[in-house]
Amino acid sequence: MVAMERLDRSERAAGHSGPCIVADGLNAWYGHVQALRNISMSILAKRVTAVIGPSGCGKSTFIRCLNRMHEVARGTRVSGKVLLDGEDIYAAGVDPVRVRRRVGMVFQKPNPFPTMTVFDNVAAGLKLNGLRAPGGLGERVERALRQAALWDEVKDKLKQGGAALSGGQQQRLCIARALAVEPEVLLMDEPCSALDPIATARIEDLIRELADRYTIVIVTHNMQQAARVSDMTGFFLMAHDRAGELIEYGETQQVFTNPKDEQTEAYITGRFG
Amino acid sequence: MMGATRTYMRRRATNYTMIALCGLATLAAVGILLLVLGYTLVHGIAYLNLEFVTQTARPLGEPGGGMRHEIVGTMVLVGLASLLGIPVGLLAGTYLSEFGGRVGSLVRLVADVLTGIPSVVVGIFAYAVLVRPMGTFSALSAAVALAIIMLPVVARTTEEMMKLVPQTYREAALALGIPRWRVIVSVVVPGATVGIVTGSMLAVARIAGETAPLIFTALGNRFGFAGLGEPIAALPLQIWRYAVSPYDSWHQQAWAAAFLLVMLVLVISVLVRWLTASRHG
Repeated sequence: MVAMERLDRSERAAGHSGPCIVADGLNAWYGHVQALRNISMSILAKRVTAVIGPSGCGKSTFIRCLNRMHEVARGTRVSGKVLLDGEDIYAAGVDPVRVRRRVGMVFQKPNPFPTMTVFDNVAAGLKLNGLRAPGGLGERVERALRQAALWDEVKDKLKQGGAALSGGQQQRLCIARALAVEPEVLLMDEPCSALDPIATARIEDLIRELADRYTIVIVTHNMQQAARVSDMTGFFLMAHDRAGELIEYGETQQVFTNPKDEQTEAYITGRFG
Repeated sequence: MMGATRTYMRRRATNYTMIALCGLATLAAVGILLLVLGYTLVHGIAYLNLEFVTQTARPLGEPGGGMRHEIVGTMVLVGLASLLGIPVGLLAGTYLSEFGGRVGSLVRLVADVLTGIPSVVVGIFAYAVLVRPMGTFSALSAAVALAIIMLPVVARTTEEMMKLVPQTYREAALALGIPRWRVIVSVVVPGATVGIVTGSMLAVARIAGETAPLIFTALGNRFGFAGLGEPIAALPLQIWRYAVSPYDSWHQQAWAAAFLLVMLVLVISVLVRWLTASRHG
């Protein structure tokens, strides 16, 4: 019931934008250790949703459940529902490979494929899936690189190895790689934590631009970043048994200026975490 | 102040002593290798000429002659054994690295035990299951014995090299909606190629010099390559036969053959490495 109320509230807050992903009673385990408990959260289409909270509170686990990446590690388990456009991605018979084509992911550390060129990195998702790009692979790669605000910097380096770029460029290359398969949702797991402030600012600008076309969920340790880039913010905290719980979820403005839960207030004012 | 200085002096002395010991150990290891190579070179090169490579053996007492049959035989055996052993080893290693759970641990244990089995035992095994039923010594049985020796080496190095490919690349590929088999083929394997090739070359080098299993399988053949179902000549076999003979001329030929074998292995591994490096550099 609480979940539904939250859902209604966030829908009202965002006006006409409907939910793109709805987590409903989501639990996740690593072996016997529960990492997430009963998460219900409605993520709005074409909005940036930030997930904040102290280390170990299950932020990353949560977004990894949204594209079925949690189950990639051995001994992990998930229960509950995650609806993507109304369809449960954990329903029997759903191929995780197809879910991931619709829900892309950018990781904490830039991880361009070291054996591939800049071009091949961006084209990897299409090539290795055997997908054809209407208008040709070259055009799709260029578009993805432009969307990631990287085209001008790498247009003369397309044949070079992806590892030859700077850290910030590598991360934008990873964003371009994720965008090239044209997902609906982009999950970002602390995408700036390995970058310097200038590179971070560029990625943040990029996130704002991409929000016109994509639904973005970003995990971040950096509360200023959450305040800067996101429309909605969810605050996670671990319970006494270390399982992550969603403490508060609402419009970013409201969460940061007028939090409803005193734990949220304590966290954003820097009293713990 | 004095105390600190004394501590510093002691640490410095320990540091230099340990560096010297490490250097000495390295020198001993490399030195032995150079000694073996040098000794083979000095004794072998004197009798090595074009005739030795192109001619076949002459009767005892007649000067000259060469080891063409043995060279061809070794190449056939090493080639065939690699053809049998490397693909199976690669696939087994892939299974161990990417899939094997509890079954994997068992396979890994078996592979490690197999690595430790003396090659002569593998030779007897091939004799029992191939030579006896077929009724003849054969190139095929020898190649199978050599492939069995290669298998665990290739499988375990493949596994180790694939495990060295960071998990983040697998995750990045999976998150693009690429199926798992494709992630392994197009992301994990290319990342591990150089290591896998090195491991395979080590296995090739090891079987190229194996002698004991060939005694029970290849037997030797003075009349040249006659098909996979027939006995076949091999360099290590001939080196062993000549080396234990009482004749000086055969000893000389054994040295030359030994040097040739070392060179053969060296050339193959340098060539393969160069080919993969230029593709994956």
